[in-house]
Amino acid sequence: MSQKTFGQALNEALTIALEIDETVFIAGEGVGVSIHQDPNMATHGLLEKFGSRRVKDTPVSEAAIAGLAVGASCMGLRPIVEIMFFPFITLASDMLVNHAGKLRYMSGGKSSFPMTVRVKAGVGFGAGSQHSHNLESWIAHSPGLKIVWPSTPQDAKGLLLSAIFDPDPVIVVEDMMLYRMPGEVPGGDIRTPLGKARMVRPGTDCTIVAYGAALYVVMEALDPLNEQGISCEVIDLRSLVPLDKACILDSVRRTGRLVVVHEACRFCGFGAELAAMVAEEAFDALKGPVKRVGAPQSPVPTATTHEKIFKPGPENVVLAVLEAMGK
Amino acid sequence: MIDNKIIQDLHTHFYSSMVLIRKFEEKIVALSQDDGRLPGMQILANGQEAVATGIVSTLEPEDVIVSNHRSHGHIIARGANLNSLMAEIMAKETGVNGGKAGTLHLAVPDVNVLMTSTVVGAGPPLALGSAFAQQYKNSKAITVVFFGDGAAAEGSVHEAMNLAGVWKLPILFVCENNCWAGAQRPEEHCATPNIFLRAKGYNMPGESVDGNDVEAVYNLSRKLSQHCRSGIGPAFMETLTYRMRGHGEQDRQHYVDPKELAIWAKKCPIRRYGKKLLDDGILNTDQIEAIDQEAKTRVEAAVTFGDASPYPGPETALTDVFVHPLNT
Repeated sequence: MSQKTFGQALNEALTIALEIDETVFIAGEGVGVSIHQDPNMATHGLLEKFGSRRVKDTPVSEAAIAGLAVGASCMGLRPIVEIMFFPFITLASDMLVNHAGKLRYMSGGKSSFPMTVRVKAGVGFGAGSQHSHNLESWIAHSPGLKIVWPSTPQDAKGLLLSAIFDPDPVIVVEDMMLYRMPGEVPGGDIRTPLGKARMVRPGTDCTIVAYGAALYVVMEALDPLNEQGISCEVIDLRSLVPLDKACILDSVRRTGRLVVVHEACRFCGFGAELAAMVAEEAFDALKGPVKRVGAPQSPVPTATTHEKIFKPGPENVVLAVLEAMGK
Repeated sequence: MIDNKIIQDLHTHFYSSMVLIRKFEEKIVALSQDDGRLPGMQILANGQEAVATGIVSTLEPEDVIVSNHRSHGHIIARGANLNSLMAEIMAKETGVNGGKAGTLHLAVPDVNVLMTSTVVGAGPPLALGSAFAQQYKNSKAITVVFFGDGAAAEGSVHEAMNLAGVWKLPILFVCENNCWAGAQRPEEHCATPNIFLRAKGYNMPGESVDGNDVEAVYNLSRKLSQHCRSGIGPAFMETLTYRMRGHGEQDRQHYVDPKELAIWAKKCPIRRYGKKLLDDGILNTDQIEAIDQEAKTRVEAAVTFGDASPYPGPETALTDVFVHPLNT
């Protein structure tokens, strides 16, 4: 165990993958020589350590980057490619949605695509809606793709390593707002299994499910709720596909209430899937309405004053839990 | 000096391959007119057999092909099993992809037809990955990607050509210019009448060739594939040919001038090459007849095989999405 930032933990995962498997390579815009020169960036120092054969800077060509990953993985390599910001994934979406997610099925299982796509996400750095736009629901809605979203340095490392060595395409979402967050990270090749949620804190009155930076918004809401005598059970989803249904359903069956929190738009957001799942499979356990906390249906604003309105805060979580409790 | 026997074998191979592709696709035309016999769209390369045959004949077994919606010719020229190919087009369980590809999404990895994509222009970025893997593994193999004049308008093709140029990847880009992109002619969708000229912009050699002349296609493909194989980088080849049928079999070509069709029918690559072989005394009429007959027999056998095969059962409808099925 040692203290590492989230970004350093990602960097450690990439280093280990490159060290232990010759078929692993990294490609993307600025993954070698970056404008940032920041040790908290996931690919920092990898070019110097592993050379330009395995750490490949690419042109600004997201379709080509994603196509590279699809084709190379089908040929037995394990590509790790980076899409710089989540909204730019639209430029790679044909390769991901129509190819990475479908070609194995359509080949009748003859081909496989062990590829990883790292994508930086986050709301709250004032860059506006073409650099901030969380599209996890698009990915989760596309068959054949997995998607994970770590919230701690340890899981950043463990989920990324699991993604890299998974036999199927995995999108790993990295919250930029967490890159500098420190935490304990075990050394060596650690794997956080895909599809296993993390129980952050047990509670009795209401289940709260979140992922990525939204988890910390939830944590800030716990004290005010506690002061009102409400004990919340907090689950860090970690993996959207595969989804740890059992963990959520088990918790809701005990607490009888569910609040889902994410930074993406609430309308057709991933929370809607969780709400529907609980309504279908644990309806009899529910003691109150399922509540969703998310962004309004609007492009992400730029001004800090507007961003505050857009981005869910602890007060929104408190309100949602109170509503779920019928208060 | 290559001996005469090898040359004769090559000529015979060219002719046999083109005839086999033609007979196979003519059979698909017939089958597609039987309601419900073939699912989905049938997209044929009738008239373009010399391109597939000429280029694929220059490849080594370990070379990789990435194809598109008009793929039958490339796959047959590569020597794929005809029975499992026909069964797949019929969406049968014994098909090469277990009935999950149909005609449009064929992947025949055992003959290194790595994948096909029906998303127009998607092949070139996929080929980047295949060629990168070849380069990464220090292999001498190359990747050939086939796409049409219509696909040449896709941004993904430009991204792929640029990256291939930057990384000097062993890709032979083959633009089969068949004069039609849907119902649009090149002058309606393409800013240049010479698509191969774009190669210069990506620092790779580019040439065009009469795509209905199998020997000319073969010769240019030999030259350009050797360029790719030498590690210098990619190359671009435009084959000028003609789509004799509609975009798909539902397309009745109402927008095509019958006179133009008749002109191109006279340039049929098979008839033209058969005549040349006869005139040059390389094959006689009996031999030509025997080749035609053998192709017919093989196609009929494939149909019989497909007809006798069951449709895939419900138990495989949802398999192969992931390597290990999800619990959720």
